[in-house]
Amino acid sequence: MSAVIDTHGHAGHDHHHGPAKGLMRWVLTTNHKDIGTMYLWFSFAMFLLGGTMAMVIRAELFQPGLQIVQPEFFNQMTTMHGLIMVFGAVMPAFVGLANWMIPLMIGAPDMALPRMNNFSFWLLPAAFSMMVSTLFMEGGGPNFGWTFYAPLSTTYAPESVTFFIFAVHLMGISSIMGAINVVATILNLRAPGMTLMKMPLFVWTWLITAFLLIAVMPVLAGCVTMMLMDIHFGTSFFSAAGGGDPVLFQHVFWFFGHPEVYIMILPAFGAVSAIIPAFARKPLFGYTSMVYATASIAFLSFIVWAHHMFTVGIPLTGELFFMYATMLIAVPTGVKVFNWASTMWQGSMTFETPMLFSVAFVILFTIGGFSGLMLAIAPADFQYHDTYFVVAHFHYVLVPGAIFGIFASAYYWLPKWTGHMYDETLGKLHFWMSFVGMNMAFFPMHFVGLAGMPRRIPDYNMMFANFNMVSSIGAFMFGATQLLFLFIVIKCIRSGQPAAAKPWDGAEGLEWTVPSPAPYHTFQTPPEVK
Amino acid sequence: MNESLSTRRLVIRLSLVVVAMFGFGFALVPIYDVMCQAFGINGKTAGAYEAGEQGVDASRQVRVQFLATNAADMVWEFRPMADEVAVHPGDSTQMVFVAHNPTDRPMTAQAIPSVAPSKAAAYFHKTECFCFTQQVLQPGERIEMPVRFIVDRDLPADVRHLTLAYTLFDITASKPPVAQVGQ
Ligand code: HEM
Ligand SMILES: [Cu+2]
Repeated sequence: MSAVIDTHGHAGHDHHHGPAKGLMRWVLTTNHKDIGTMYLWFSFAMFLLGGTMAMVIRAELFQPGLQIVQPEFFNQMTTMHGLIMVFGAVMPAFVGLANWMIPLMIGAPDMALPRMNNFSFWLLPAAFSMMVSTLFMEGGGPNFGWTFYAPLSTTYAPESVTFFIFAVHLMGISSIMGAINVVATILNLRAPGMTLMKMPLFVWTWLITAFLLIAVMPVLAGCVTMMLMDIHFGTSFFSAAGGGDPVLFQHVFWFFGHPEVYIMILPAFGAVSAIIPAFARKPLFGYTSMVYATASIAFLSFIVWAHHMFTVGIPLTGELFFMYATMLIAVPTGVKVFNWASTMWQGSMTFETPMLFSVAFVILFTIGGFSGLMLAIAPADFQYHDTYFVVAHFHYVLVPGAIFGIFASAYYWLPKWTGHMYDETLGKLHFWMSFVGMNMAFFPMHFVGLAGMPRRIPDYNMMFANFNMVSSIGAFMFGATQLLFLFIVIKCIRSGQPAAAKPWDGAEGLEWTVPSPAPYHTFQTPPEVK
Repeated sequence: MNESLSTRRLVIRLSLVVVAMFGFGFALVPIYDVMCQAFGINGKTAGAYEAGEQGVDASRQVRVQFLATNAADMVWEFRPMADEVAVHPGDSTQMVFVAHNPTDRPMTAQAIPSVAPSKAAAYFHKTECFCFTQQVLQPGERIEMPVRFIVDRDLPADVRHLTLAYTLFDITASKPPVAQVGQ
């Protein structure tokens, strides 16, 4: 093992440019590993910021009545929490993973468009500084929910909405450039012999995600552009007074919004499909069906958007169409869950932290899928819509889905990134605290939601008090635990045990053929893939 | 070299997709309107109805109810002269709405109609309506505004009761009264 490290290490040293020195290295870098690292740190910073806002929300909801914040500020917190988590934490984390891992997985020396890569990253801090700064402006920041329905976000919006729109434009451009880069890298830079159907699933799911991004981020850009024109240039896309229609806003938004939720989950599917086989010490069950299932989910995600709008008054045939189309998504999703379960079946499983997060992913994501199916039943959704049941649903798919997928990936590839092992005991502690915390926080929301507690309201009926207190305690526990994760990562970088090139004996893939930490330049000459 | 050429072509193609999808977002606006018109959904009614007399179906009676609502921040008094009329399909009927501007400044308003149940919207024809134009009222002015309509003979048999609802919006800011001529 050490022999491998040495030879490669030398090759790395002989190479002309290592990283430049000082701050400018990060500003000007076009290296996919540097950029991946920056994306990941940025995403983690946003995760903590969005998490802080969630703590404010849960503190206010700890007891009925208004204690800590005013309703106006509460609305800004729910809105910013959603926007930051979706666009600032989850999406950049996956782009960071893509930057780090896709070139290593397909045997490419870097991303196909390194300069654009640098630009797409640096747009993000600009976009989010602008968005967060609106909180300090007169009239406050966005307070209309992360879905920013018109006319709340147009006629009745705070002054700062223009900055919000511009920030959405910037991060949209960033995502689109990132997606184009991923597609170009995957289609053009694969090592000889790496055929499409030999690609690791993480690469496949990202390829499909990138196409989704390219298809729907421009629609989001169009949506906010129409808002901008309604607010400043006297058009009436969404204003009934001028002949427009607020319901149109919801169609445009959800045409983007539903594929967006899959953008946030597909890369996690890919990562988990790499991790479970590694720790079950068995090849992934049903590789081909996984690829087709991912593609079908992506296709179906374009024809189900109105399941978010069952209550706006669409005709019966529309309700039925969107109801059945939505339920159809459960089929390819089920294929995936069964494949992961079959991969684990009779495997020689061990439960290191990445595996713990992955197994929890499979179980808890499935719970989120079931509540999704309940919501997909149009007549039932009239009861559930805009209640905490929806909040429970999407947190079950996003926290143990997207976030646990990211944690699993981080623990799995940290040895490759840092050259050190993380502290396994602390990693497991992080997992169990997160697991208990998130279930405590979000499971009771199913009950209060079914009983009719509306979402996005700072106060609630006395009868919901106990469940809300449990939720808040779970949320505080989950939130605090994430500081432990920060500590684990820093400890790993500073003083972890040296990691072997392939620290997981069941792991497969080209990324484990380079030493740990991965040298600044890898695969300058493409590897041969049998 | 070949590789970078094809990357260039790929990026150009993907960028075209991006531009096309940006356009598609805007194309959803007319698509939405056409769909609503074609299927009579969302209670959207068509513009002025041009066809001639249909012949009255005296054997059937439909109740048409009128609603007048002010949008947020609108201060006009706005109401129909009667809450409800009974009509025969095919017959042309008129209803008058009253509007009054109680403020001390001239204002412009726009009324937006909507028909419920929405599946009946396509069978509700307006031959004349104050909603086809905007209303400018001087301070304290009061006007009577007619709407003339025909309920189609093909109105589905299970619809015995229709609601025509108007929401009145204050659009003084975007259409200042001085600029209006001939109103
Ligand atoms: C079997 C799969 C799924 C089904 C059938 C499903 C169904 C639904 C339905 C019907 C709603 C609308 C509920 C309402 O507003 O009344 C909804 C909301 C939502 N879903 Fe899912 N879903 C599924 C998977 C997912 C996944 C994988 C994600 C994200 C990773 C996700 C994220 C969301 C979000 C964020 C919302 C709420 C949006 C909002 O109003 O703020 N869902 N889902
Ligand atoms: Cu959806």
